Formats: sequence, C-alpha cells, structure tokens
Amino acid sequence: MSLRNIGIVYRKELIDSLRDRRTVISMVAVPLLLMPLITIGGGVLLIRQVGQAELEIPKVMVLGGEDSPNVRAELEKLTDVQIVPSKPDYAEEISNKEIRAAVEVPKGFDTALAGGEPTTVKIYMYEDDLKSGFGADRLQKFFRDLRDRTIRNDLKARQLPETLVRPFDIEEQNVAPPEKVGGAVLGGLVPYFVILLCLTGAMYPAMDLTAGEKERGTIETILCSPVSRTHLVLGKFLMVLTASLATGALSIFSMAVSFAMGKHLLLGVAHGAADAALQITISGKAIVSIFLLVVPLAVFLSAALLAISLFAKSFKEAQSYLSPLMIVIVLPAVAAMLPGMELSTPLALVPVLNTSLVSKEIITGAYHWNFIALIFVSSCVYAIAALWIAVKMFQREDVLFRS
Amino acid sequence: MIEARQLVKRFRDKKRGEVRAVDHVSFSCRPGEIYGLLGANGAGKTTMLRMLATILEPSEGTAIVAGYDVRKDPQKVRSCVGFLSTATALYGRLTALEMVQYFGRLHGLDEPTLARRINAIFERLEMNEFRDRRCDNLSTGMKQKVSIARTLVHDPSVMVFDEPTVGLDVMAARTIAGFIRECRDQGKTVVFSTHVMSEVEKLCDHIGIIHGGILLAEGTLADLRGRYGIQDLEDIFVKVVEP
Repeated sequence: MSLRNIGIVYRKELIDSLRDRRTVISMVAVPLLLMPLITIGGGVLLIRQVGQAELEIPKVMVLGGEDSPNVRAELEKLTDVQIVPSKPDYAEEISNKEIRAAVEVPKGFDTALAGGEPTTVKIYMYEDDLKSGFGADRLQKFFRDLRDRTIRNDLKARQLPETLVRPFDIEEQNVAPPEKVGGAVLGGLVPYFVILLCLTGAMYPAMDLTAGEKERGTIETILCSPVSRTHLVLGKFLMVLTASLATGALSIFSMAVSFAMGKHLLLGVAHGAADAALQITISGKAIVSIFLLVVPLAVFLSAALLAISLFAKSFKEAQSYLSPLMIVIVLPAVAAMLPGMELSTPLALVPVLNTSLVSKEIITGAYHWNFIALIFVSSCVYAIAALWIAVKMFQREDVLFRS
Repeated sequence: MIEARQLVKRFRDKKRGEVRAVDHVSFSCRPGEIYGLLGANGAGKTTMLRMLATILEPSEGTAIVAGYDVRKDPQKVRSCVGFLSTATALYGRLTALEMVQYFGRLHGLDEPTLARRINAIFERLEMNEFRDRRCDNLSTGMKQKVSIARTLVHDPSVMVFDEPTVGLDVMAARTIAGFIRECRDQGKTVVFSTHVMSEVEKLCDHIGIIHGGILLAEGTLADLRGRYGIQDLEDIFVKVVEP
C-alpha cells in the first residue's frame, strides 16, 4: 500500500473537484444556504401563518336558535367571531373556506337551559384547516363558558357548593427537560438533513470521478500510469469522502448557527410545537457525537456511490442509477422521524436508520452507549464492505471499459 | 524491446457470445525501430496495444515489454511505457503544467527531477506559452502537445501509439509523426497502430497486418511488396485481408 500514490491521486482529485462548479455548489453552497433557509425561513413562515390565522376574525354561521333569543343575542355580542346569516349549504361554505365554522343551536335551547333539560349543540368545522379550527375553538369556548355559568348559577340558586360537580382538579406536570420536548420535534429533522446532505455532497464527485472520467476519456489515460488500481480507487474514494464529510460538517455547523439565530429571532413569538423546538439547546457534545457517527456512514455512502457510478458508462447513466438510490437511502432517514420509532438492537443494525435514530436520541440529550457502540461498529462493517466492492469494481475490465 | 508471444484476448458479448478480439498474435520490435500495426476498424489493434500497455490483461499468452512480463509485472511495464491514443484524453480542469506534473509524480519522479524534465520537455515542444492554461481551453494542437509531454515525462524506453492522428488536422498530425520519428531516433522501441496507409509507408520499419484479431502478414515494406508482387500498400492490405 503506497500512501504516497494515494496522496498524489487524492490531491489531484481535490484540485480537480474544487474547480468543478457543480461539486462546489453541492458541497458548500447547498448546506450553507439550505439550513438557514429551512430553520429561519421555515420558522418565520410558520409563525407568520399561525399568527395571521390567529389574528383573523373567523366568519361563523349560527344555524337554528330562532326560538332561543338569549343565546343568539349573546353570540351576536361576541367580538372574536363574525356571525354571518345562515344558509342551508353551510358545510359547502366551510369546505370552500367562505366561512370557518358553523354552530347548530337545537330547538328550544333557551328553555331547555332554563329548565335543566339535556340538549346538544353541534359545531361544524373542517379538520386540519388551521383557521377553521380557530373558529370552532372560539365557538366551543363560548358554549363551555355558558355551560359553566349555568352550572354555577344553578348551584348558587340551590345554595350548593361548586365542588359538588367538580370535587377535584387535575393538573398535568411535565417532567421532561425542555430539550427532550423540543428534541422530539427537531431531533428527527437534524439527522435527516445531515444524512441527505452527506449523500448529495458525495454524489457529484462520485459520478465525476468515475463515469465522468469514462465519458471524457481520461480513464484510459490514468490507467496508463504505473499506480495500482487499488491506489487509484482509494485516492478517488478519499476525495468523495472529503466532499461528503465537508458537506455533512458544513450542514451541522450551518444548522447550529441558523438554529441559534432562529431561536434569538423567534423565541417568544412562536407557539406550541415550534416553541418547544426552540427551547432546546444543541450542545457541542451532541454536534461532535453526531459527526463521529456520521463518519462511518459517510464512508459507506461514498464507497457505495463510487462503486455504482463506476459501473455507469456516462454521467447521465450514473445519474439514472443514483436517483433511485437516493430514495432508498432517504427512506430510512425519514422512517426515523416517525412517531414511536425507537432504537432497538435489530434497528441498530439497519444502515442509515440506525445513525438517524441514535442522532435523534443524542439531540435530546440521551446517550445510550451500548447502542452507540453497536451502531458505530455496524456502520464501519458496512463501510468496509462497500469500499471493498468499489475496489473490486475498479479491477474489472468489463466495468472500466463497458461500452 | 517488445516481444508479443501468442497473445489472446477474449471478451464476453451478450449478443455474440465469446469474442476473440486478438487471436494468438506474436511479433517483436527492437529499440530504435517503429513497428506499425495496420488494420481496419475493429481488427483488434487497440486491444492488442492495450495489452502491451497492461491496460488490459491477456486471456492467453504474454508479452515482454522493456524486459518485464505484462502478466507478472504490469506496474513495472507501465513505468517503462509511454502510451498515447486519441482515447487518452486530458483532465480539462488541470493546467498543462499540472497535468504533466501529475503523471510525473505518479511515475515516482522526485520534485527536482520532475521540474528539470518538465522544463526540458516544455522548452522542446514550445509549451511554455500555455503551461498555466487549463487543458479545456487549449486548441487541439496544444492538447496534443500536452499529451506528448505526459507520455514523455518519465522518459519511457517503449512508446505505444494507438491511432494517434485520428481526428487531427494536417499540422497536428505532422507534429505527431515528427514526434514518433524522434522517439525512434532516440533509440526507443515504438509500436503504433493505424489504418492510414501513408503513415505506415512514411514511418514504419516493420509492418504487421491484423484482421479479425489475427496477424495475417508481417515484414518490412520491401518484404511485403516482394511477397505479394504489388507496390501499393493499400492493394497489399486488401489482398491480405480479402484473399
């Protein structure tokens, strides 16, 4: 094994690749621009959308209730909803977003309320529509308050304590640290983007250094040199790995910076899950740990991309091979984001998914060392196997001179 | 010195099954000689020369190149061979200088020796004007000179040219022809393949006519003319391949 020769090939490939605009874009520009765009841009957009929905006074329709002037009058007084005249096609109007919700006041509601007879109010809304949800929430709050008020008045009239209908209160207390709560939201996203960018960063150099060389006719030139094919492929592999790791490192760095900036800009104005996500702090230890776990994965991805691209006759053919591969690799990374998907011994052996799951845990501050060790070792085994295949492929004349 | 001994190269083809691109070819070429391999497209010339340059491994037989066996010591063979063909392209994003330096380093030259050799070659081929220009931005003639410099940087004793003038204009083709002669005059062993009769007539000391992977006739131009009673090389070629 001549490190000198591998070094010469690597140095040349590095210079060559850094002069290739496509490689530089995928290696540097994408992680540095994509991460702030997703973190800050996405956050701002989400908060703006939610804020706008909250500010809007939803149009709601009151169906029936002509014989219940009291409840109608109280509804008319509401300032956080706009009552519109009722129509029979209320469901269609909700679906078409012309109104946000509708409430059906049953016949004789006022009388039933006064006489203590059971009755049911129906609220119509469009599930999954944020603005419809806000409209329905406001109607529900109005009727909940009305019910509570009625109960309180009834109890007072009968000189009974309120505790009769509410003997005790229930209070939920969260014991999970803020980073754990936020990590559940953000933890799945971080490894997904890091793995995706490691893959895209390696993709162009892998194709360029193999299928690209065949297409340009330089493969025969390099095969004339006395350097062994193993050294050649190792030099090329190191370049692809450099691109992959550089993209991964830049994306982690960019993500940490964008997250810190996003947190500064958005904390306090965000709500719900977005607010929980902003509560977390990505520690330096987590960043280093994720990067170390990504290294064997990047070796695996780089070698696999190199071996597959090597088989292609042209850059275009290599692209057609690697595009489906991207889906195959991204799928386990996406699977890690599914709720309830947790690390187990069998899953720790599934490439990509294992790194994705353990990174998710690390983001939330949980370090399961037995799993971390198992994942690191299994990723190393896959990486060595992929590299061995790439080296063997480079020895095959039918692959190098495929026509 | 090159000595090809019963070289065979078989390929597997999905449609045609097993194909013998080169079938028991033997010939030899001494230092200071040019051996011309003459054949039509698909005759087996490129495969033959690729085996001599150890880019392809023979299926049977062997060849001794510069004292090394192509099967046993392919790396040593490559360190003694300069291989040039239209298929051996340049790295477009490297400059002319970087391209030649890269191959010099791959051949194990130390930096002072490499610098000396590059200066001498660039001077002789008048390449200093474009030494720092990227290969993608060079004219065909300039690219050809970079390719020549790349094959010469390690001072090989054996030169293998595979149809080096295909696609070149008259001036660029003349540069190559002059370079091949120069190699012979320096005592290098030169093998070159072509299907251009005039090039063979002008350059070659020995000629081998190859067809369907088989070496059908061999000798000096005078030998072939005497053997077939024909003066024109093209007519001799046709008579050999279509008896």
